[in-house]
Amino acid sequence: MLIFSVFKTLTDQTVTVELKNDLSITGVLKSVDQFLNIRLDNIKVADEGRHPHMMAVKNCFIRGSVVRYVQLPAEHVDTQLLEDATRRDAMNQVKR
Amino acid sequence: MDVSGTGIQEPFDLIRLSLSERVFVKLRGDRELSGILHAYDGHMNLIMSDVEETIMIVDTESAMAGQGVVNVAKRKMEMLFVRGDSVILVSPPSRT
Repeated sequence: MLIFSVFKTLTDQTVTVELKNDLSITGVLKSVDQFLNIRLDNIKVADEGRHPHMMAVKNCFIRGSVVRYVQLPAEHVDTQLLEDATRRDAMNQVKR
Repeated sequence: MDVSGTGIQEPFDLIRLSLSERVFVKLRGDRELSGILHAYDGHMNLIMSDVEETIMIVDTESAMAGQGVVNVAKRKMEMLFVRGDSVILVSPPSRT
């Protein structure tokens, strides 16, 4: 749930999603759900020559399970807040 | 449950104590990361900053000739979300 919240705060930011098949897609993060499925608008595929079939695609929905990395805009991530929230989350896990 | 306050009772405690420190992460697909850990959850989804990724690429042709040449590709990323299902291990910084 914590990571889901982080992604929600990053909506309308530009991110780069790297998939497990090595496809890298940069676009504006429009929405995210609890499975970390991601909807991207205005997308641009890295190395278009290798993925010509993606040239016409302008927006997409990415299933969460095929994601390897998401590169985030560092200036929009409060690392101190993240660490505190993670510790709080870990405490609650133990109590349960 | 909590016996000694800050001690290590369960495996995730080791990761919790590595928050805001540089950790080594081994991933599926012959990839390794080194970066500062800012957040994690029960799936081992991670958020890290100042990340260096190392990809090991075994040269199959020379491997057949009996000389195991491993090419290493490196790249850096400022802020990165890593999906937990790719994670093999997380290692805390070595305290020397």
